[in-house]
Amino acid sequence: MNSTPAVATDVFAPWEDPGATPLIRFDHVTKRFGSFTAIDDLSLDIYEREFFALLGPSGCGKTTLMRMLAGFETPTEGLITLGGQDLAGVPPNRRPVNMMFQSYALFPHLTVADNIAFGLKRSDMAKSEIAGRVDEMLALVQLSKFASRKPHQISGGQRQRVALARALAKAPKLLLLDEPLAALDKKLREETQFELMDIQEKLGTTFVIVTHDQEEAMTVASRVAVMDHGRLVQVATPEVIYEQPNSRYVADFIGDVNLIEGRVLECTGGKCRISWAEGVDPVTAIASETLNKGDSCCIAVRPEKLAISAQRPPDAVNALSGKVLDIGYLGNISTYHVGMPGGRVLKVQVANHNRLARRPFTWDDEVWISFTETAAVVLTS
Amino acid sequence: MNLRRLLLISVPYAWLLLLFLVPFGIVLKISLSDQALAIPPYTPTFDLAAGWQGFVDFLSKLDFENYSWLTQDDLYWKAYLSSLQIAALSTVLTLLVGYPIAYGMANAPTEWRPTLMMLVILPFWTSFLIRVYAWIGILGQNGYLNQLLLWTGVIDEPLVMLNTPFAVYIGIVYTYLPFMVLPIYATLEKLDHDLLEAAEDLGCSRFQAFWLVTVPLSKPGIIAGSFLVFIPAVGEFVIPSLLGGSRTLMIGKVLWDEFFSNRDWPTASAVAVLLLLILIVPIVLFQRHQQKMQELDA
Repeated sequence: MNSTPAVATDVFAPWEDPGATPLIRFDHVTKRFGSFTAIDDLSLDIYEREFFALLGPSGCGKTTLMRMLAGFETPTEGLITLGGQDLAGVPPNRRPVNMMFQSYALFPHLTVADNIAFGLKRSDMAKSEIAGRVDEMLALVQLSKFASRKPHQISGGQRQRVALARALAKAPKLLLLDEPLAALDKKLREETQFELMDIQEKLGTTFVIVTHDQEEAMTVASRVAVMDHGRLVQVATPEVIYEQPNSRYVADFIGDVNLIEGRVLECTGGKCRISWAEGVDPVTAIASETLNKGDSCCIAVRPEKLAISAQRPPDAVNALSGKVLDIGYLGNISTYHVGMPGGRVLKVQVANHNRLARRPFTWDDEVWISFTETAAVVLTS
Repeated sequence: MNLRRLLLISVPYAWLLLLFLVPFGIVLKISLSDQALAIPPYTPTFDLAAGWQGFVDFLSKLDFENYSWLTQDDLYWKAYLSSLQIAALSTVLTLLVGYPIAYGMANAPTEWRPTLMMLVILPFWTSFLIRVYAWIGILGQNGYLNQLLLWTGVIDEPLVMLNTPFAVYIGIVYTYLPFMVLPIYATLEKLDHDLLEAAEDLGCSRFQAFWLVTVPLSKPGIIAGSFLVFIPAVGEFVIPSLLGGSRTLMIGKVLWDEFFSNRDWPTASAVAVLLLLILIVPIVLFQRHQQKMQELDA
């Protein structure tokens, strides 16, 4: 540890290091099923030890991408390499890749221990070592007591762990997880997300997870790739995806957002003044690119980054007046729907620090909504 | 238990009693009787008018003579043994032919499956007897098969196929094939395709995945199909008598001869009762298996 060079950081971010070699490389990969293009000229690098999430609505191509890594689909065009090796023509059973199926795909006629041993028995591992490895995997997922049960004799959460243990038993270079937590209820899912992260950190295996659940992707992943129609829309860390979405699609797909269409009045030094409705003060926001006067754009601002008050805050850069239309009470937070002049409705989320009885605003109250210039992101695509 | 429930349960039991237990009781009674030149051709017959004393007389005249006769003449146990052997081999052959058919059906595109299923069931639309007769036309000395083989030059003189055990196997495999195909198809069709992908993902070749996953998971279908073929094949009469000739010894044929040629109803009944006892073992095994599978599903 002492010999660590001074430039190294504690933050795990190989994708920012131009010298790092990716474990997986998709090089202009296209996959067509008949006339349908599932993956459209996609290039992507995934690095060792990453927990990489493929996120998107159903039909966006994320599962196809994963199945190409497992070897169940072959790309129509392009190249996929794993650790420098071209995967074309390598059948699933010869890839150092294992997959955890959405349905878990546990063998119903085998016990939990035999399910975990299944892959090991097909490998060149000595028979004497298999039992030890199975015990190790059972301990990892805390199922040692259930070794001799059949899959139908354990709960859904336990089956999920068996599937994970079975996929990890052969110590693959890459573990693929296809919607691994979709069948669990919300509470168990959240617990399991943290367990997955712990296991991934402990083993150092590269994980690629496919999910349509943006919260899940944000929680577990080191990087998230947001997909749409067979293309990558944005590939970035969860913070960047959330705070600096690169398009309306990403902003809207991840979390709650207020999207306000407008037109650029002026843009200097990265700050843009944007007019969005007649007779209302323009809004100031940070833009990542320089925009010209008159360009149409979109302001994306998260509901929790908006403040609500009875009077106009004196030092606010952006302040808009409106009327409370609706209040959604979620326990920890409340969501206010505030009607703006011109009919636009903004969502504002406020943490409920006080008891409900002391809620400061109610239906039809005139309120002010304010936000800082860094709270909003200007989007052009 | 309330009356409604009792009534409901009594229906299947009444059917069983009427259609199974009563005829079996009659057969059992005849098997304990003696042959007679009369109508019906056995004594004693039960006479209600003689009252209690008549019933006691009737019981005292029943004996196990016919059963001991079955053990003395080696024709019978040879016939039993030969039947079991033919049935067992036919079951294996039917499985070998039927499994690939069921596998192909289960893996066919979904829109083809009803048609394929139809084709498997289609032979049932014609009388079983006529279909077995058709095989005589195919397998005979001047039958279609011999004609074809002679024409293609594979053989120089016609093969003797009819009236051999070979013809019996052909007949049984042909007739009982749907009973093997349908239960296996039912299990294979339910098979989760993910399991095969998982097996491949864990290092199996296609064939290993088939052997380690598909075959064990279709075991219930294999077992059900095998019993559905084996049990009726043991007692089969029509196929051996039409296709097997006099040299093929099967218990069904012996039974027929005893009843209709010898007119020895008591011995024939004893043969039938013994056949039932022999078959009860696999039937009970089968039922226990079914029950176990149901418990597993639950």
